[in-house]
Amino acid sequence: MAFDDAYDALTDHEDDTRWAFGTGFADPLSGVPTSVPSDVDGTALATYCLMLADDALVLSHRLQEWVTRAPEIEDELAIANIALDLLGQARLLLTRAGEVEGRGRDEDALAYLRDPADFRNVRLVEPPDRDFAHLVTRLLVFAVWRLALLDRLTGSRDPILAAVAAKGVKEVTYHREYAAQWVVRLGDGTAESHRRMEAALAAVWPLTGELFRAHPTERDLAAAGVAVDPAALRSEFDAVTAQVLADATLVSPMVQPTDMDGGRDGVHTPALTGILEQMQAVARAMPGAVW
Amino acid sequence: MSDEIRHEWPLFEVFVRAKRGLNHVHVGSLRAADHEMALHHARDLYTRRNEGVSIWVVRSDDIVASGPDVKDAFFAPSGDKAYRHPTYYSIPDSVPHI
Repeated sequence: MAFDDAYDALTDHEDDTRWAFGTGFADPLSGVPTSVPSDVDGTALATYCLMLADDALVLSHRLQEWVTRAPEIEDELAIANIALDLLGQARLLLTRAGEVEGRGRDEDALAYLRDPADFRNVRLVEPPDRDFAHLVTRLLVFAVWRLALLDRLTGSRDPILAAVAAKGVKEVTYHREYAAQWVVRLGDGTAESHRRMEAALAAVWPLTGELFRAHPTERDLAAAGVAVDPAALRSEFDAVTAQVLADATLVSPMVQPTDMDGGRDGVHTPALTGILEQMQAVARAMPGAVW
Repeated sequence: MSDEIRHEWPLFEVFVRAKRGLNHVHVGSLRAADHEMALHHARDLYTRRNEGVSIWVVRSDDIVASGPDVKDAFFAPSGDKAYRHPTYYSIPDSVPHI
């Protein structure tokens, strides 16, 4: 390729020229077919989309609570960015759930008009953060688990799930790195930060057992090549968290497997009710309002 | 593990390259505990709207800047050297691609 002006070679003419606002934004679902594989049950697929959507939606809300409260403005923005990434994943997944469910519900109806017992998120994302150590510990656990999940989900037979997973892998890779560097910094920091990290591990780890327990819907859809069996994520989760915690001079607690019904079955902690009351108040008070 | 607590993080300057072929451009500054954290913060503060493909961070302390008192000695002498600009010269019609 030849240019009459040497500077032509340095720029892309099709790009927006407003450099400060960036260029080349892409729709992650552009060109992706929306049809459901013929042997897949729409109701089951909708339930699975809700599980992954609600995990992201509820944790996003907990992260948003740090806005104006983070210890440094740089970290406040980092946390807000992560919350927005998760909210974006939740929106795509809720939309897909509404689509395949076929009851005419859109992302807003699913986010704002379901009761706590209809949410399918794991309980890990529900408790409020006690301090910054708790924030980064839970975020590490969540991101390590979700990255392992999304990585496998990129091969899903549902084209939308595969596309959402491909977008999410890049986002959650950064979330994991952000959380891991803070866990190491605080664990291997001062006596006070080390003590707070130990308290955070003790609070977060009992909630990890549920992450690897397959709900019947997950098991069925995994067998059909649509979903990921969470039991298969355990070894990657153990290896990655063990490495980060060792670098952080922290002792890796044992994951306690559980057979009790949990968030995937609609059994939640009271904390979820509090989140939803806040999140849904305006939408329920003024149905259909736009701004 | 150390018990030393510093109450203010040092300042870093951030340079972002918008795309391949362009230079890194100074976009602002931020505070961070070390270079690794500065890179993370720079990514989070200055590339949220698709602005960059590469980031440099450098401690503000490490930048040596010219001061206003040397302005004349540094920059005034180039003000009357028009022959240093390519537009000073007329281009023969037989030379293409300029």
